[in-house]
Amino acid sequence: MGKGSRLGLALFLAPAVLWLLVLVVLPHVDMLLLSLRVRGDETRAFTLDNYVRFFAEPLYWRTFVRTAVYSLVATALTLAVAFPVAFYIAKVARGRRKGALFLLCLVPFWVSELVRTYGWMILLRETGVVSRLLVWSGLADGPVELLYNDAAIMVGLVYTSTLFMVVPIVTVLDTLDDSLIEAAYDLGGRAPAILRDIVVPHAMPGIAAGCIVAFMLTLGNYLAPTLLGGKNSLWFTQQVYDQFIVRFNWEQGAAFGFLLLTLSSAIVWLGLRLTGQTLAGSVGR
Amino acid sequence: MIPGIPTPRAVRVLHGAYVAVFFVYLFAPLAVVAVLAFNDSLFPALPWQGFTLDWFLAPGPRRVGLLHDRELLRGMATSVQVAFWVTLASVAVGTTNAFLFEQETFPFKGALYTLALTPLVIPGVILGISILVFSSTVANAVEAATGIEVESLRPSLVLVVLGQFSFITTLTTLVLTARLRKFDRSLEEAARTLGATRPAAIVTVTLRFLRPAAVAAGALAFLMSFENFNTTLFLVGSDATLPITMFVSLRDGSTPVINAVSLVLMVASATIGLAGLAAGSRRR
Repeated sequence: MGKGSRLGLALFLAPAVLWLLVLVVLPHVDMLLLSLRVRGDETRAFTLDNYVRFFAEPLYWRTFVRTAVYSLVATALTLAVAFPVAFYIAKVARGRRKGALFLLCLVPFWVSELVRTYGWMILLRETGVVSRLLVWSGLADGPVELLYNDAAIMVGLVYTSTLFMVVPIVTVLDTLDDSLIEAAYDLGGRAPAILRDIVVPHAMPGIAAGCIVAFMLTLGNYLAPTLLGGKNSLWFTQQVYDQFIVRFNWEQGAAFGFLLLTLSSAIVWLGLRLTGQTLAGSVGR
Repeated sequence: MIPGIPTPRAVRVLHGAYVAVFFVYLFAPLAVVAVLAFNDSLFPALPWQGFTLDWFLAPGPRRVGLLHDRELLRGMATSVQVAFWVTLASVAVGTTNAFLFEQETFPFKGALYTLALTPLVIPGVILGISILVFSSTVANAVEAATGIEVESLRPSLVLVVLGQFSFITTLTTLVLTARLRKFDRSLEEAARTLGATRPAAIVTVTLRFLRPAAVAAGALAFLMSFENFNTTLFLVGSDATLPITMFVSLRDGSTPVINAVSLVLMVASATIGLAGLAAGSRRR
């Protein structure tokens, strides 16, 4: 270790430390400190008032619980929707077909989330495509409003998370040697048992990574609840937005933000613990 | 299940059909947006009224096409500007991070690496508000101490760039670190044996090796920045980026000009994405 290499280390370390300190660590510490103050209090004394208000006001904590539960459901649905597709791409499709299908999964997600959500608005609204199809096929008597309800929100949430579930699962399944599945079959294993004992355990790092990212994206989603769920969709990010932008009560908004971050981190941590993964081993691949 | 073992025909057909339905679901929202950009109607909805290019070309006043829609064009220019700086900064820091995590050893390296990944699991909304809060704390402190009002620390494009940079850098770091891991360090050592200094060896040998990954990371950064909504929402000042402009007009009821701009976005992002993939998968 000469002087030169220590200089090199410093040069490489400085941008990373600056980035993480100034844009990640300090902002979150500051947000926590702000959440412990009350708006308009010149003494700037620390207090838990903002958190007390959260628990005292049913609208706030119910929206929080609702957001958490719906996010878990959306994550589970995303896994259910994506797993068979990921399996197909990784294990059934071959050669160019495999590459093409994988690419087709990526393309929609290069487009803005706003455009994708807008597409669902056009599909689901009363004058929309699905409503027309239902009338045309005789399944409905008149135009049906499919937008502005919880199911529409769920569709948007699952859609947004799909890619982040498919890609990591395809990646891990690609590393599963087919001969292991064949050996299990030759030894008398049936499909459900092979899935349970070989495929799913092997895919666990990918499943964990997909679920963590899907949950985080769902919890923090603003567009799908707002545009597909309408005014009364009660998503917690809307409460955060409301406090920051509409009411200009940053102290309360910071408390909400911190609660959302705590929930998100707790679920991520729990997900990693339950599946025996680390952040670097799952998301960082 | 897999082609190597016999599977009942029904299972195979069902699995294939499910995958087909999945891709219909994946592309249906994009397809309707694209098709209705050409519908000769004032509303982005069925029925089909005939083909028109009005939503791209019409000068107004009844119909304002994309080429004459000042707000959307300005939003697009703003987004390109923001994405340019985010791409430049996040690829630069992603590259130094790759060297840091692949070639250097120092105490708490594992902890720092984990910290570098955390922006991926922090909801974008939270990143947005935390940076908003911190930057105004700093701006207030500067103002109290010197009396100077730092405009760029209030909601502005500078904050938007910083906010997007904060998590996009994690992505570029992952892409570039993965590439550097495949680098054979004996090549760099050979250059040094032949008399190159370490900086010279890095520039002439290692950075050349990283270039395809840098292009791929840059394409990814550009796309992620251009499409970002959640973080940007809280940091944007008077100059709105395109997704914010589109969000406002969607909320207030829109014309198919939104479809037109969406179609342009789809074509552009597919092109950038494919170019990035092609660059990233090149051997050298």
